Amino acid sequence: MGANLLDKVWDLHTVRRLPTGEDQLFIGLHLIHEVTSPQAFAMLRERGLAVLHPERTFATADHIVPTDGAARPFADPLAEAMMQALEANARDHGISFFGPDSGRQGIVHVIGPELGLSQPGLTIACGDSHTSTHGALGAIAIGIGTSQVRDVLATQTLALIRPKVRRIEVRGRLASGVFAKDIILRLIAELGVNGGLGYAYEYAGETFQAMTMEERLTVCNMSIEGGARVGYVNPDEVTFRYLEGRPFAPRGEAWEAALGFWKGIASDPDARYDDRFALDAGRIQPMVAWGINPGQAVGIEEVLPLPESLPAEHQESALRAYAHTGFQPGTPVAGIRIDVAFIGSCTNGRLSDLREAARVVRGRRVASWVRALVVPGSRLVAQAAEREGLPGIFRQAGFQWREPGCSMCLGMNPDVLAGEEVCASSSNRNFIGRQGSARGRTLLMSPAMAAAAAVNGRVADVREMIS
Amino acid sequence: MNSQPRAIRQLAGRAVAVRGNDIDTDRIIPARYMKAVSFEELGQRAFQDVRFDPSGAPTDHPFNDPRYEGASILLVNRNFGCGSSREHAPQALLRRGIRALVGESFAEIFAGNCTAIGMPAVQAAPQDVESLMRLAEADPAAELRLDLEALRIEAGGLAFPIEMPEARRQVFLAGSWDSTGLLLEGLEQIRELAARLPYLREFPYPPPA
Repeated sequence: MGANLLDKVWDLHTVRRLPTGEDQLFIGLHLIHEVTSPQAFAMLRERGLAVLHPERTFATADHIVPTDGAARPFADPLAEAMMQALEANARDHGISFFGPDSGRQGIVHVIGPELGLSQPGLTIACGDSHTSTHGALGAIAIGIGTSQVRDVLATQTLALIRPKVRRIEVRGRLASGVFAKDIILRLIAELGVNGGLGYAYEYAGETFQAMTMEERLTVCNMSIEGGARVGYVNPDEVTFRYLEGRPFAPRGEAWEAALGFWKGIASDPDARYDDRFALDAGRIQPMVAWGINPGQAVGIEEVLPLPESLPAEHQESALRAYAHTGFQPGTPVAGIRIDVAFIGSCTNGRLSDLREAARVVRGRRVASWVRALVVPGSRLVAQAAEREGLPGIFRQAGFQWREPGCSMCLGMNPDVLAGEEVCASSSNRNFIGRQGSARGRTLLMSPAMAAAAAVNGRVADVREMIS
Repeated sequence: MNSQPRAIRQLAGRAVAVRGNDIDTDRIIPARYMKAVSFEELGQRAFQDVRFDPSGAPTDHPFNDPRYEGASILLVNRNFGCGSSREHAPQALLRRGIRALVGESFAEIFAGNCTAIGMPAVQAAPQDVESLMRLAEADPAAELRLDLEALRIEAGGLAFPIEMPEARRQVFLAGSWDSTGLLLEGLEQIRELAARLPYLREFPYPPPA
């Protein structure tokens, strides 16, 4: 029986078996940002340790960065202090820092792939749960905490337990108006927010083979919302074409060597898996996560579930979700009135996401009561969008066009919900308080669906708005 | 920060139950409290947004209940600590006085973070978690004794089996939860492995343009 990609990458990177039984795993790329790294650098200083592989460590700032173009110093002294700490740490340790002035700043999970840093067969770590994103390139990408950031800085390794692998095979074609975001929301709804505990998800099947890299990035990004710390797609021609010519991708003879390695690292046709799951893409509707976790999601044609109709283990969460949202069980999800629309984040802040949203809003107006933001995932995404005239389309429709950052995905910068506002959001988490207001309410959906909601002022079926 | 091995084999203390499945790390520590370059102040902010209502008045959250002051074992349900990888969440609990968690299941990154800061997160069967929660709710002074060697928790004359991944258990028994030192012992092997990796040897990142 053959090996899957996870096993091949894991074996290649295993330094040794630790006395505890964990594996000491070498990390090929370490991405750091301002929120989870300062304490790790402080621990290094206390112990007099250096960064072992600064040339495999890259930094950017995303979580706390204001998106309104505000100059330094930031108005928020706490945010300014974090930014200065990151700048100093990068400088002191010889780490490349993609700051706002570099032209390459952006959300860490957007810039890793677009700069060509994230490559097949790598182990990638970052102090951020959405690190699973980079698995779209055929890497094993692992979200870690700050003490583990310290471990990677000091030793370029982590002590880890090898996960099991579940192959998720999706067949069939997505209908017009249905996107990668809808697939992952459907998968999480089916497998549960804890269904992936202990697993890495290998996404495969004809639907994934037909996907662009940006679509794959969206799916892998939200693996963690299904409990899977790692998600990946085997590298193929889509992967190689995506990487070719990017700033940190190999060139010339090195490119040929890389191709050989990348092709060999993919799962063998007869690879072993610990579990399998199959899904038919053709039956997926545009999805809306209405509750307080990303698994509480329904298709746009559906009604909000009656708690008593749910499996016993989901009833308590549903009751808490209704207590928080004030939504009524049994009412259609289409038509829920919104106050805010947010298009952006590491899930859906890439060029193709902005294009799909622009296709919906072109020639239309944002509803008078809706505050609508588009936040590109990086400077490079923003530049590419500008070349296509996307900011003009959004502005004419009444959207604000912002500077790159995590923005309203999480309440760490000035972009937050107020009071009980309802937000149609292309981000990844609808946890209570996630968007910065303890009473705020988040509806997760694709960027095109968020655009449709912005225009209608209510959750709407985007399939009826695109021809 | 002590980097000397300190084994954790048994722990005893009073328990506090925070009920509910899928309690995420945003709930444990809201993102706005992560705007700091140290973990120092986090203890007082644990569960902030569920401990106080919108007017700022304390709710009936168990972390507000004086009977649970000094409780060191946190009892939880399923998929506790899901979502964001923020170590701020277990750090907030640790700085609040929690020394161990017992629950039906834990999110992967959260459990790893708990291990890295020396705070065991162990699993017990749902009905056993329920029994322990009822005990703590009925008698906040009841002492629980957690035994990682015997994989057992005892309280109020009852004893239940507990589970955790074996490698993680060994980390606590050996006291190697602060892993940097242990990992550095393999420095020679790290160098050997790096020298073999195709992407370091044959196609390293080109110098930044």
